[in-house]
Amino acid sequence: MPKPFTPKVVTANHLLEGDVIYQTADGWTRNLAEAEILLEQADADMRLIEASQQTDVVVGAYLANADASDDGPQANHFREEFRATGPSNYFHGKQAGALPGPLNGQESHNPSRI
Amino acid sequence: MYRYNEFDAAFVAERNRQFRAQVERRVSGALTEDEFKPLRLMNGLYLQLHAYMLRVAIPYGTLDSARMRQLAYIAERWDKGYGHFTTRQNIQYNWPKLKDVPDMLDALAEVEMHAIQTSGNTIRNVTADHFAGAAADEIADPRPIAELLRQWSTDHPEFQFMPRKFKIAVTGSPNDRAVIKAHDIGIRVVERDGEIGYEVVVGGGLGRTPMIGKVINDFVAQEDLLPYLESVVSVWNQIGRRDNKYKARIKITVHEHGIDEIRALVAERFALVKPRFEGVDAALFEEIKTHFSGPDFVQKSEAPFKAAYHEDPVFRSWADTNLTAHREDGYAIVSISLKKHGQTPGDASADQMRVMADLAERFGHDELRISHEQNVILPHVHKADLPALHAALKEAELATANIGLISDIIACPGMDYCALATARSIPIAQQIATRFDELKLEHEIGELKIKISGCINACGHHHVGHIGILGLDRAGVENYQITLGGDHTETAAIGERAGPGFSAEDILPAIERLVHGYLDLRASSEETFIETFRRIGMEPFKAVLYPPAPAVAAE
Repeated sequence: MPKPFTPKVVTANHLLEGDVIYQTADGWTRNLAEAEILLEQADADMRLIEASQQTDVVVGAYLANADASDDGPQANHFREEFRATGPSNYFHGKQAGALPGPLNGQESHNPSRI
Repeated sequence: MYRYNEFDAAFVAERNRQFRAQVERRVSGALTEDEFKPLRLMNGLYLQLHAYMLRVAIPYGTLDSARMRQLAYIAERWDKGYGHFTTRQNIQYNWPKLKDVPDMLDALAEVEMHAIQTSGNTIRNVTADHFAGAAADEIADPRPIAELLRQWSTDHPEFQFMPRKFKIAVTGSPNDRAVIKAHDIGIRVVERDGEIGYEVVVGGGLGRTPMIGKVINDFVAQEDLLPYLESVVSVWNQIGRRDNKYKARIKITVHEHGIDEIRALVAERFALVKPRFEGVDAALFEEIKTHFSGPDFVQKSEAPFKAAYHEDPVFRSWADTNLTAHREDGYAIVSISLKKHGQTPGDASADQMRVMADLAERFGHDELRISHEQNVILPHVHKADLPALHAALKEAELATANIGLISDIIACPGMDYCALATARSIPIAQQIATRFDELKLEHEIGELKIKISGCINACGHHHVGHIGILGLDRAGVENYQITLGGDHTETAAIGERAGPGFSAEDILPAIERLVHGYLDLRASSEETFIETFRRIGMEPFKAVLYPPAPAVAAE
C-alpha cells in the first residue's frame, strides 16, 4: 500500500551561489519558512516539474518533507533542518542571515568569516 | 618538491581555460546540469549540502610556504576564510561560488596546483607517508614514487572512465603511516639483498565493504614498478564490475576472483605491457628522485631545546606528544595539531595557514605536509628552533599537545557539509575532545585513535580506528555505531561492531564508559587501548558499553 502523502516543499540548490533555496508561489526564497507548502500529491508533482525546468536558476530540485505551521513550513527531518540553518560547527551558513524575500539570482558574496 | 615542466603548466592552463568556458556555457544555459556535472566533477567541483565544494589535490600532502600561502589567499578571497584538510591529504573549500571557481583554479595554477582527478572514476591524488623524507625508520623516500605515479596517472587516457575511483598510497617505512592496506593499491618500499624494491598490496578499501589489502607481489623491482602498476589497473579496468557501483572497486574484484587469479592475470598483462615502457619511465624516475634530495641540514647546539624542555612544562608536554624522531641528528619532525579541543578537526583559518607557511620558511626548510590524520607536519625542524616555533604556534592557537591522543580525532565533514552523509561527525568529535580535555585524562589514556564517519562511505576511516564511530540515520534520528579494534598501520585490521548504536546524546557517555573501562581493564599504564583490546577481546568492552539497565538509570 502506498504511503499516505505528507506535506512537501520544493527545494534545490541555487545554480550560481550553490546554497539551499525553496520554491515559493511565484519564485524562490532562501528561507524555508517562506516556502510554498504543498498539501496534495498532484500539486507537489506539478510544482517539482516546474522547478526542474528552471535549469538556469536551480540544481537538483526535489520534494522535501515539511510540517505546515502558522510560521510557515518547518523541517521535520534533521537533514532538512541542517539545510535550512547551515552547519552546526560554525555560525556562518544560513543562520548568519539568509536574506528574507525573493532572490534575484545576483547576490553578492557573503562576507561572513569564521 | 615536485616541479612542473612546460607541458604540465600548459596542460593545467588549458584545462582551466576549458573549464572557464564550460562554466560560462552552464551559466548561459548552453549546457544542462546533466551535461555540466561530469565536467565540473573532473575539476574537483562538487555540489554539497549548503554550497559548492572545491576539492584541491595536495600531491602526496606536500606543500611549500608559497603554496600554503596561496591556499590561505584562496580561502580568504573566494571562500569564508578557512579550508578543510582531508584524510586524502587534500584541501576542501566549502563555500565557493560557481562563477569564482575558474579564478580559484587559475590561482592554484600559479603555484602548480589543481583540482583535476579529485573526483570521478579516475586515479585520485596519490597519498604518501606524511613523514616522508624525514622519518628515522625510512628505507627510502616514497615521494618520488608518488610523483612518478602522479605524472603517469594524470589524464592517462586508459584510466579516465574506470569502473570506479582508484586510490593509491605509498610508504617508505616498515611502520605504515599511510594506511596502505586500506587502499586500492598500497606500495611499501622494501629492501632485499641490498636492492630497493616494492611490495605491492591490492584490494584494500573501507566504505560499505571494508577489506584489508592482500599482497599481490612481495618484490617488484624499481624498473618494473610502473608497468606492473599499469598492469594491475588495466586488469581491473577490464574485469572490474560496471553493473553495480557498490561492487565496482578493485577490492570486490580481488575478493570475487581471488588474489591468485588476479596475480596471474596481472603477470600476463605485465608481459605485454613491460616491453612498451622502454626505460623512459626509469629515466624519469631517476630525474624525479633528484627533486626530492632533501634539505641542507645544519649543525647547531641543541641547548635551547634542552633548556626549554627542562624549564617549561607546557613545552615539554607538547614536545613529548607532537615530535617524532628524525633521520638526521639534531632534527625533529613536528606535527602541528589541527585538533584544538572543541574545534573542527582538519580546519585551518587563512591566518593559521599563513603562520604555518611563515614557520616552515623560518624554521622548517620551507616544507610542509598534510597528514591523512588531518594535521600539518613540519618535517625538518632543528631542535634548537623548537622553543621559538612552539611559542609562535601557541600565539596562533596551533600548539595543542594531543597528537595520537584521544582528541586527535579523524572526522569527515559529515552532515554539516556533505550531501552523502547520514549523520553529523564534527560535533561528535568536538564533544569527545572537549570532554576529555575537561577530565584532564588524555595523557593518562595515552595512544588512542578515534575515527568518525558520517556515513557508510567511511571517509573518516572509522573501520580502522581503535574506536570507530559511524553515524547513521535510523528512522529519522542520528544514530552512532561503535566499532572496536580497528588498526590503520602495518598490522591493519577492520574494527568489530560492538553492538547497537547510540543516539547523538548518548554517544559521548558511551565513549566515556568505554575509556574508563579501558583504564580499569588495562594490565598497566603502558598497555595501550588497542593492546588491551587485543589481549582481552570484545566482551569486557561490551560489558562496559552496555551495562545492565539499572546501572544506566543510576548515571
